[in-house]
Amino acid sequence: MADDYILELDDVSKFFGTVIALQGVTLRLKRGEVHCLLGDNGAGKSTLIKTLAGVHQPSSGDYRVEGESVKFKSPREALDRGIATVYQDLALVPLMSVARNFFAGREPRRRLFGVINVLDMKYANETARDKLAEMGIHVRDAGQPVGTMSGGERQCLAIARAIHFGAKVLILDEPTAALGVKQSCNVLKLIHKARERGISVIFITHNVHHAYPIADSFTLLNRGQSMGTFSKADITKEEVLDMMAGGTEIQSLVDELEGRAA
Amino acid sequence: MSAINESVTNMIQRQRANAQEAPKPTDERVRKISPWRVLLDRPELGSIAGTILVFVFFAFTAGDSGMFALDGVINWAKVAAYLGILAVGACLLMIAGEFDLSIGSMIGFAGVVVAIPPMYLGWPLWASVIAAFVVCMALGALNGYLVIRTKLPSFIVTLAFMFILRGLTLVLSTTFANSTIVSGVGSKFDEAPFVHALFSGTTLHGFFAFLSAHGVIESFPNGEPVVGGIPKVLLWWIALAVVAGFVLARTRFGNWIYTVGGDANAAKNVGVPVRRVKISLFVLTAFCACLFGVLQVAEFGSAASDRGLQKEFEAIIAVVIGGTLLTGGFGSVIGACFGAIIFGVVQIGISYTNIDSDWYRVFLGGMLLVAVLFNHYIRSRAASTK
Ligand SMILES: Nc1ncnc2c1ncn2[C@@H]1O[C@H](COP(=O)(O)OP(=O)(O)OP(=O)(O)O)[C@@H](O)[C@H]1O
Ligand SMILES: [Mg+2]
Repeated sequence: MADDYILELDDVSKFFGTVIALQGVTLRLKRGEVHCLLGDNGAGKSTLIKTLAGVHQPSSGDYRVEGESVKFKSPREALDRGIATVYQDLALVPLMSVARNFFAGREPRRRLFGVINVLDMKYANETARDKLAEMGIHVRDAGQPVGTMSGGERQCLAIARAIHFGAKVLILDEPTAALGVKQSCNVLKLIHKARERGISVIFITHNVHHAYPIADSFTLLNRGQSMGTFSKADITKEEVLDMMAGGTEIQSLVDELEGRAA
Repeated sequence: MSAINESVTNMIQRQRANAQEAPKPTDERVRKISPWRVLLDRPELGSIAGTILVFVFFAFTAGDSGMFALDGVINWAKVAAYLGILAVGACLLMIAGEFDLSIGSMIGFAGVVVAIPPMYLGWPLWASVIAAFVVCMALGALNGYLVIRTKLPSFIVTLAFMFILRGLTLVLSTTFANSTIVSGVGSKFDEAPFVHALFSGTTLHGFFAFLSAHGVIESFPNGEPVVGGIPKVLLWWIALAVVAGFVLARTRFGNWIYTVGGDANAAKNVGVPVRRVKISLFVLTAFCACLFGVLQVAEFGSAASDRGLQKEFEAIIAVVIGGTLLTGGFGSVIGACFGAIIFGVVQIGISYTNIDSDWYRVFLGGMLLVAVLFNHYIRSRAASTK
């Protein structure tokens, strides 16, 4: 039943001039599931999610949101359909405050003297602080510039923002790439929390150890083509590792190292 | 590697087990920041310090020359106000990450567009003033459109318009007036009460007469106060600065300006209408340039094709001295206004001292350099983890 899927890409290709970034990719995201996108560098993962996010338009193929065919002309239109994306670069402005970043593009307003629309900075500061606290990040002052936050804190800020604005689908591009062990855990926890709220999540990682515990299903991309989607029940971590280009190489490297040590 | 796996699984399970009980740790890593530090984060700090510095300097070198008497103050305040009008527009545009090098030429252009139709084509003055604003703002929009469309740096696009408009100004004035100066417009202003009320001369005459009658301010021997009123240019500047400062700091549009200048790509990705913001700011700077031009024609009673020469650079200098980053994303209107005040004080102040006034540019160039270094220091501090 088509209604079970919140996002569907059907035989989608994306070309940049002569470069084939995606070739006939089909991907289905179920409601409320966490879907992990795996693949090598340059496999087309970012291109795929930028297509979902409305940054790119598919060169061919069909994109459906809740069963309805869509052609997003801008990220704004995807946002309006509840598809929020946290990009690799996070879309944060380091020189601006936490609160101003949190609400950038969707500023809360109140009326000054009953006539002039002004920013409701009090609400913005409080909300930003509270929402971050829910994610386990305690900012000292929502007026501090984002440039003063750590990489993990920024990642959480970007995710918290997406969740706060009622995302139905949360798209994350390598959310754990630049993070330490503890902060990676934090982000994975956030993904879990998002799922508990009924949000569907699609995220990219190179790290199967990050992906496996949290994801409900996996899609593997290789050189612009999908190698299939697998639900967690059908596949073990080792199989996922094997399927990823380089997985076998790592394994043989491990074997080799262990063999030598033994 | 699987350590992460396990700890995540554990964490999730623990979470599931006691979802309600949310511990609320107080942050042990909160450090008190000195008020000095907080102050250093304000963009306008440098320009306020600079303003104090030049005031102190001139208090010593020209303190008893009349520079700080009321008429002296009006003198340099007027210079500051003219530049301030430009700086307000340039400031918002620069925070949004763009420049407009054509504003100086646009001052001259606006002047001839105001002066020629009433003098040679029989238009009423009000019509030519409106035409000047419409044409200039349309040119501003065109500037913005080209910058966005071509994705070229605004530097190069507006440099082209700097030459185009200066050339057009010259062509227009020599074609119609057979000279680089279009004179005789002063009387047209006197005959147009509405335009006169908006752009010419001074206001609050009664108040100043009252002050002089009571000896609060000085009077000429004939009983007229030495300063008859507040020049309109000052009022325009204050009004513009207040509105622009308010919009920047307190409104949604202001937040968009910062976002667009901080990172245009991020702004686009969070749904800020980047094009609309940038184009409207190009229109605003054009409006400011036109206002400058109209006020100047009203003051001098003539338009000339070399009006506004190098004003685009002076405006940029005032804005940068005011703490706005050349790269965008950070700055304040108040800072730009103080930058303009520094300009006015130095330019006029030097003639009150016995320093050769040729030193004026050297002084301002030096100020600019110091300001840029200072801003750079602030920025690298703000962007790093404290
Ligand atoms: N805007 C673009 N113009 C031209 N080529 C592009 C563009 N965007 C991506 N590509 C190309 O498409 C291919 C896929 O890129 P993509 O960024 O989707 O890879 P990725 O899987 O996200 O890689 P990584 O793991 O390194 O982030 C690459 O070969 C890249 O060079
Ligand atoms: Mg990528």
